Amino acid sequence: MSTGSSVIVPGPTREPGSLKLVATLVVAGVLSGAGLVATYDATLPIVQANQARALREAVFLVVPGSTKLEPFAWQGDRLVAAAEPGTNASGAPPAEVFAARDDAGTLLGYAIPAEGAGFQDTIRLLVGYEPAGRRIVGVKVLESRETPGLGDKIAKDAQFAANFEALAIDPEVVLVKRGEKTAPNQVDAITGATISSRAVVKVLDAVARTWASRLESAS
Amino acid sequence: MKARELSVREELLKGLWRENPVLVQVLGMCPSLAVTNTAPNALAMGVATFFVLVGSSFLVSSLRKVIPKPVRISTYIVIIATFVTIADLVLQAFVPGIHKELGAFISLIVVNCVILGRQEAFASRHGIRLAVADAVGMGAGFTFALFLLGATREILGNGTLFGVSLFGPNFEPWVVMILPPGGFLMLGAILLVFGAWKARAAARAKAAAVEPLRKAAA
Repeated sequence: MSTGSSVIVPGPTREPGSLKLVATLVVAGVLSGAGLVATYDATLPIVQANQARALREAVFLVVPGSTKLEPFAWQGDRLVAAAEPGTNASGAPPAEVFAARDDAGTLLGYAIPAEGAGFQDTIRLLVGYEPAGRRIVGVKVLESRETPGLGDKIAKDAQFAANFEALAIDPEVVLVKRGEKTAPNQVDAITGATISSRAVVKVLDAVARTWASRLESAS
Repeated sequence: MKARELSVREELLKGLWRENPVLVQVLGMCPSLAVTNTAPNALAMGVATFFVLVGSSFLVSSLRKVIPKPVRISTYIVIIATFVTIADLVLQAFVPGIHKELGAFISLIVVNCVILGRQEAFASRHGIRLAVADAVGMGAGFTFALFLLGATREILGNGTLFGVSLFGPNFEPWVVMILPPGGFLMLGAILLVFGAWKARAAARAKAAAVEPLRKAAA
């Protein structure tokens, strides 16, 4: 038998005691935990900064012209200041809506995160709403798992996105077949993605019903 | 009985080709099918798996005399899971877009049988140098196979490679290729080509071996 190579040659085996087994796993767990805590601490600020930046970019996109955002939450019957995205300030409630302002500080509109059931999974949207005109001025799909090539057009189709440049919310947001949009409250559906289009419209209408009156009383 | 000497070069190369984890061993099918709908996703999954595999093999091999046999699998899982979580956090911090696309499949690297398989079959029985060579080879082979799948599926199913349009606006994408069934179709096609290639090489090798005998007989 050669022991010169790196192959372990099994010697006479003795069963290790259970104390040793437990100790091995405890040591492995503790070391692993320490490594994970270090990595988590190192990456957390970067992750939060990324999320905050992604949110800012989305807000500025759905409320055209805006360059500043201010987080608010709805409590009881009024808007209260909420935690800045990307921070975990204790005490402040989590943000439910973002006021979007331009450089001069003029309120242009609100960006409202919302979600609803899509064809396969929850669709998460950020909706830009302009209380003055009672209309939706932009929509961004934050997250969706719609069918690639069909339903995922809700995030990619430029023609579909054009529906939301000025979409009236009164009397309600409705879906029509592509090319049949005649009124400002109608959305042209995506051919082959009716269910996904309908899901988006449902979310938009729900946002309008919930927030239009709230934001009107707030401003 | 003398143990067969293993060379680092040999261990490095076998994973890439002769014992490729996806194309020959047909292991790790879950990530191979689920996240290879585009080339960048496939590449990111491959690189993350590579990192976990090399890190785990290094640790398992260096600790192989310390870890008691009855708890070795549990210990390997702790080591693998630690590397997977590190990979998950790092991807989330530096490539958030790809992290979102891969979703739960990054955490699922823990149960990728290629990784645990290499620990049990190789790293726990060999020295650090060989174990790392084996892991680098297997990891690179896995990445190569995933990239092959991802690139072909993206080209056929979306008409793009790394998001760059290849065929112009008149290309009608073969959408099924980026859907889950496309993963099976493309994997089948690639295994077919690979198998045919190997069969031909084997036949040729056999013919070459038989030829001198026949000549001698004649």
